[in-house]
Amino acid sequence: MGGYTRSAIVNALRTGIRGQRSVKNTGEGKLKNEHKIRAKIRALCDGAVTGLAVLATVLVVAPLVAIFVYLVYKGASSLNLAFFIEVPKPVGEVGGGMANAILGSAILLAVGSAIGVPVGIAGGIFLAEYGRGTKLANAVRFTADVLNGVPSIVMGIAIYSLIVVPQGHFSAFSGGVALGIMMIPTVCRTTEEMLLMVPNAVREAALALGVPNWRSVLAITVKTASPGIITGCMLAFARVAGETAPLIFTAFGNVGWNARLDEPIAALPLQIYVYALSPYDDWHRLAWAGSLVLIVLIVLAVSLVRYVTSRGVLKGAS
Amino acid sequence: MGVGIEVTTLNAWYGTNHALQDINVNISANQATALIGPSGCGKSTFVRCLNRMHETIPVARVTGTVLIGDLDIYKDITPVEIRRRVGMVFQRPNPFPTMSIYENVAAGLKLNGYSSRHVLDEIVERSLRNSALWDEVKDDLKKKSGASLSGGQQQRLCIARALAVDPEVLLMDEPASALDPVSTAKIEDLIFQLKAQYTIVIVTHNMQQAARVAEKTGFFLNGRMVEFDSTDKIFTNPSDKRTEDYITGRFG
Amino acid sequence: MTRIRFQQNLEELKEKLLVMAGLAEQAIQRAIDAYRKRDLSICDQVSRGEIDINRMEREIDQAALDLLAMEQPMAGDLRFILSVIKINAELERVGDAAESISDRVRHMERMAAAELPVNIPKMATMASAMVHKSLQSFIEADAEMARSVLTMDDAVDAMKKADFKSLMKVMEEQSHLAPQALNALMISRSLERVADHATNIAEDVIFWVEGEDVRHHKSLNINAAQ
Repeated sequence: MGGYTRSAIVNALRTGIRGQRSVKNTGEGKLKNEHKIRAKIRALCDGAVTGLAVLATVLVVAPLVAIFVYLVYKGASSLNLAFFIEVPKPVGEVGGGMANAILGSAILLAVGSAIGVPVGIAGGIFLAEYGRGTKLANAVRFTADVLNGVPSIVMGIAIYSLIVVPQGHFSAFSGGVALGIMMIPTVCRTTEEMLLMVPNAVREAALALGVPNWRSVLAITVKTASPGIITGCMLAFARVAGETAPLIFTAFGNVGWNARLDEPIAALPLQIYVYALSPYDDWHRLAWAGSLVLIVLIVLAVSLVRYVTSRGVLKGAS
Repeated sequence: MGVGIEVTTLNAWYGTNHALQDINVNISANQATALIGPSGCGKSTFVRCLNRMHETIPVARVTGTVLIGDLDIYKDITPVEIRRRVGMVFQRPNPFPTMSIYENVAAGLKLNGYSSRHVLDEIVERSLRNSALWDEVKDDLKKKSGASLSGGQQQRLCIARALAVDPEVLLMDEPASALDPVSTAKIEDLIFQLKAQYTIVIVTHNMQQAARVAEKTGFFLNGRMVEFDSTDKIFTNPSDKRTEDYITGRFG
Repeated sequence: MTRIRFQQNLEELKEKLLVMAGLAEQAIQRAIDAYRKRDLSICDQVSRGEIDINRMEREIDQAALDLLAMEQPMAGDLRFILSVIKINAELERVGDAAESISDRVRHMERMAAAELPVNIPKMATMASAMVHKSLQSFIEADAEMARSVLTMDDAVDAMKKADFKSLMKVMEEQSHLAPQALNALMISRSLERVADHATNIAEDVIFWVEGEDVRHHKSLNINAAQ
């Protein structure tokens, strides 16, 4: 009688009465059981965390989708050709559009970009390529961060004091300056980050060819980082496109056409703000329509830039 | 044609780290000279002093004389100019990622102002032929980016790029260390052919490679050049025990 | 110490060569013994020993080849392995010379004893001493000792020349002793060859230790002088 025979009999007795379950109590069965339990726990944890991740994504995307859907619901009905080509009608009259605000926003953003993008990119290039580690660079970076944190209304008031008051009138120019300054920190920081991501090997390769440093920075390093830099500019653009507060005391708004830089100019966000606060239903409708148009225009502008730049830059490289 | 390099009392520092101490050596024209030595011995630093790339590091400092041909490269000429005459190929292939093969090879010329299409075409073809890459890429010159080639091809592309500016000296810092044996063999054959036109200095960890390619070999240890002699002497009967220990792999 | 395994392999190769050296020296000793005692059983021993010598030669060459292929030896290691290969060949030829001598001794047995004006034992002692010294210089990596072997070769060469002269005279003047004289001549020549092999071994040792190729120095010097 060997041990094997004995345990076989014991097993037979156990399983005979209780069925498969009792196999769990034997040594080998216990080990298998542990494995099964551990595997189940692992699967549960996996599922739980995945579920949390999905939930978080939904929580983030849902408001965005909700807003868009609501805007479409509220504003689409008011969209007609008139909206895009007519200026607002006087109070009390039905109809009219926001054509002047659309044009005004475009002009303000153009001026703002003309200021914010070059200055921001130049700052980013300085921080990444020339001033790395210097005290000046740290100061510049700090200033950019502070600038980023300035509330947009304060920016508006500042530009009011600096440009509007001396000039004696509100102007598109001052509005553009306000927007431009707000773009600078974002553009600058992203440019710096993207430039720092260019591997040093690429810079060395250019220098070793006898290319002067400035040329290497512009033609090689900046070019390599350009997709990221452009993204940074688009981020800044999208942000200031919807700013209202800085325009209140600078661009001021305009009920009629204006394409001149030295006069007050309408802007979509500003117009929406004014209309939304008004007591007129007609204007409320226009405000909803305007909000929808604003978002759609921003998305269109960003997509257009993406499309145009992706055709040139990155063929084959990864 | 290549030129000789004469180094006299070269010392180099990174901040307070005395990386090279009193290096004296004559490198012959139209030959390949190998520099061997353990990690951190200064051989890469030395090579970077020959095209003043050492200076791109802010805390770097150099004393002594380096004559390339008749030029004192630290007195008679700017860093940018010397780098047009002394080309460099790095350990990891580093083609410009946003440029096509053609643009990569032409980069050195374009960025220095040459723009004649005809001339560029000629130089690109000649450089790619000289680096044994032409046949493999001649149909895709402008369609494929530099980064889409294999490792060995990328390195030959970098060699072509360096050759396109027509240097007199070619510095190679462990050019085949990131490559497989077949690519390595191709690069070594290439070096053999290039010797006729250029002076080549090659830093290598791989002693067998040094033995295969170079007429002269220098052994670096702790910032000094311990021995400099013909390659077969260094590898069959070195004069200095430290060289022998390193070559036979015996330390301690 | 890095490359321990390689170091051990080199040691093993050296030991194998020393075994081979022992076999070769033993062969020469036995051959000379057989000559002195005219003992045919010792000749048989020499023949049996020849088999071992040939086997060892192949073993050593294979081991050396493997080390060359697998370990990429450089500098001193490379010269060492090369010397081992060459000394291996020389020792095998020493064994062949011993076999020749013992063959001659067998022939001698069938002839009448004769008094010949040569001193084979003395030459044998010198040649054997040269072999021993050259191998000693290998064991101790002593280039000076190896150089002293080179100078001993002149004496053996002179002996052989003298032997040839006297034995030629015997063959001319006492033609009934010609077979014995011829026999002695061939033994003398074999012994001179043994001395040459010892010289070669010494040159290989110098090459290994100092990295200098000192072979054929006589003929090179003569050419240079001309």
